[in-house]
Amino acid sequence: MAAIPERLVAVHSESRTYTGIWSWLATVDHKRIGIMYILAGLFFMAFGGAEALIIRLQLWAPNSHVVSAETFNQLFTMHGVTMIFLVAMPILIGFINAIVPLQIGARDVAFPRMNALSLWLFVLGGLFLYSSFLFGSMPDAGWFNNAPLSELAFSKGLGVDFYDIGLQISGFGTLMTGINFLVTILNMRAPGMRLLRMPLFTWSALITMLLILFAFPPITVNLILQMFDRLFGANFFVVGNGGSALLWQNLFWIFGHPEVYIVILPAFGIISEIIPVFAKKVLFGYESMAMALSVIAFLSFMVWTHHMFADGLGPVVNSLFAITSMLIAVPTGIKIFNWLATLWGGKIHFTSAMLYALSFIPLFVIGGVSGIMLAMAPADLQYNDSYFVVAHFHYVLFGGTLMGALAALYYWFPKMWGRMLNEKLGKWNFWLVFIGFNVTFFPMHISGLLGMPRRISTYAPGNGWTIWNQISTIGAFILLAGMLILLYNLIQTFLHPADAPADPWDGRALEWSLTSPAPEYNFAQTPLVRGRDAYWLEKREGDGKLQPAEPAGPIHMPSPSLAPLGIALTIVLAGYGAVLHSTIIGGLFLLLTFVQIGRALLAEDHGFHVTPHVGGEAQ
Amino acid sequence: MSTQTHVAVHAAPATELQLPKDNRVLGLWVFLAGECAFFASLIGTYLGLHTATLHGPTGQQIFDLPLTTIATLILLSSSLTVVLGVQAMQRRDARGMQIWLWITALLGLFFLEFQGYEFYTFYNSGLTLHTSAFGSAFFTLTGFHGLHVLFGVFWILLLLFQSVKHGINEERTSKVFVMSLYWHFVDVVWVVLFTLVYLAGKVG
Repeated sequence: MAAIPERLVAVHSESRTYTGIWSWLATVDHKRIGIMYILAGLFFMAFGGAEALIIRLQLWAPNSHVVSAETFNQLFTMHGVTMIFLVAMPILIGFINAIVPLQIGARDVAFPRMNALSLWLFVLGGLFLYSSFLFGSMPDAGWFNNAPLSELAFSKGLGVDFYDIGLQISGFGTLMTGINFLVTILNMRAPGMRLLRMPLFTWSALITMLLILFAFPPITVNLILQMFDRLFGANFFVVGNGGSALLWQNLFWIFGHPEVYIVILPAFGIISEIIPVFAKKVLFGYESMAMALSVIAFLSFMVWTHHMFADGLGPVVNSLFAITSMLIAVPTGIKIFNWLATLWGGKIHFTSAMLYALSFIPLFVIGGVSGIMLAMAPADLQYNDSYFVVAHFHYVLFGGTLMGALAALYYWFPKMWGRMLNEKLGKWNFWLVFIGFNVTFFPMHISGLLGMPRRISTYAPGNGWTIWNQISTIGAFILLAGMLILLYNLIQTFLHPADAPADPWDGRALEWSLTSPAPEYNFAQTPLVRGRDAYWLEKREGDGKLQPAEPAGPIHMPSPSLAPLGIALTIVLAGYGAVLHSTIIGGLFLLLTFVQIGRALLAEDHGFHVTPHVGGEAQ
Repeated sequence: MSTQTHVAVHAAPATELQLPKDNRVLGLWVFLAGECAFFASLIGTYLGLHTATLHGPTGQQIFDLPLTTIATLILLSSSLTVVLGVQAMQRRDARGMQIWLWITALLGLFFLEFQGYEFYTFYNSGLTLHTSAFGSAFFTLTGFHGLHVLFGVFWILLLLFQSVKHGINEERTSKVFVMSLYWHFVDVVWVVLFTLVYLAGKVG
């Protein structure tokens, strides 16, 4: 098929303009969508954090009764679900939204309206999940919701139905993000931006989207199968009727292991952006970094039964998956050594962003080493389902993902909001989070090795566990203090006028060539990319300005639309129909959804044109 | 003005050959890759559970191969008719395209009618979603394929409606082409299901 020429349309034809809050609800601008992803992620983080604090209070002393055992089940389940699906992924996808199009020199993503739909499916899906609280029954079968435990016979409340349908809804959104950014990165790079010239954050986004594309369908199928079991009386996981007790675990972890790379690879990318900027050196081993990302992604689909070592699959299966699991340490080690080599001999600036990036390295190594310990199948039978596992995955998910996300927040804040976060508060924030994190989670290695199982609501005295739990609880409150300082820093910063310079860190990638925040159309003229670290190159070897790849002229923009929000809303309402076993509500809103999708398929958006102001770009 | 700008983009001294720029076509290919993972998961589930028939009927007992073969031929020939439709569209023959798309949608509907009849007879011979894990897996796998066909039929009808009302232009051309890719994919999935579910199931 030939490329479709852009249509000739008069300036501001047909497209409606929205103001105030409506301009956010109807936006199709990737930068605003990124901002909303991150704010919504921080909002859900408050819930997930509060759940964690109640868990820590309950475990402060033996035989404690802060909450009942049933409530405790709901707390650890919702803590896990929230932190993975409603905090880690959305915040990272938010940064990908806000930054990747700028880094490749594009004006927007490939499908702007679908991008808005992804956002609203995540936001409304998350609220749907939490609304289970109003129905008196939150999900309580653990974040991986193992069947048959989560089947009707053993989990009678509506909680698991909310889990099944809520995660399907937000999962559709994530899958669409995957398709959108794969096409954006492959098809919409500026002239000269070859694959091996892309910044590593964009590389990590590309690989993450590939993982999403192949990992989310299996979890969707799993959730559908269980929904059929629970709502329509199917027998997929009902062992007495021929169902399988292992099917859920297989399908879940075929998704679940790539999922942990979905939330760590973008953090790898963030670290690879920040370390060269604040070490004032070129990233060491660029090609091997991109290669390592691809190899990790490939291997991540071959390790899922290391989550099932205790299922009794036999020595052959366990050995095979132990080996593939340990293999992942090779590309990961390459990345760690490349970061260290980048730092070697550099002129290091200890900004808040850099402190977070630097802390990532040792914390992730600790999580990686305990991961290797867990990958040894015979040893895993000892560690399995103990606090050692809890310590391990918090070192990779908190010490890795969240430290990376906070580094990104300090680093890209000026580019997204036009303001600089306060560096002094930033350092208080960093040190309290760093110390609080280690005080909370390091003792869990020990309580785990002392035999404390995860997910127990209380414990008897005399096991030697009490002191380690008390240290963990103290650490959790130090963490809380650190996060409250971040909140204070955010509020303080938003009260200041937007006066951030275009390039506060002397950055290397294209986003720093734009004003802070970037203009609506991103680039007044599509840039011509002449090498790796494109903006740095122009600053060092050119005149500090990007070469344009096109003459100046009016820029075509997609129209804002409320349709994505409308589609997401009817899907969620149909979800309520399913949970409440109401064919009428479910059917009605499903029909409305398809009517809207039909309209979207036929829609022909003529968009509008804007003429960039002279000097809209930096310098 | 805008067209000139656009031409100039391509005339700029790019240092490499750019990929084709139609996002919609690449987007659909990427979507189909995800669909492969979706059907692979469903097929894997079916293969894991198809022997768990309990006291209910087995596939060997109830599959009606001649009927399924006819349905398969109907669905596969719709891949030919959709290609003829796209070719007519490329010749800017709006009427030819509409006729072939009508035929494609009708063939899809015939296939769905077969599937409805099949589900009905299986139901009468005692196989339901509740009977056994085999029943659950069979109806879910073939049912999701049927839903894909149904969605494709609606998609074709929408595009027909639009082309009758507004004729062919370049953007709509790309929409029809993308739909045809989807339609081929749904047909290819059926080839896999016909082999793994019906042929292998009949052999036992």
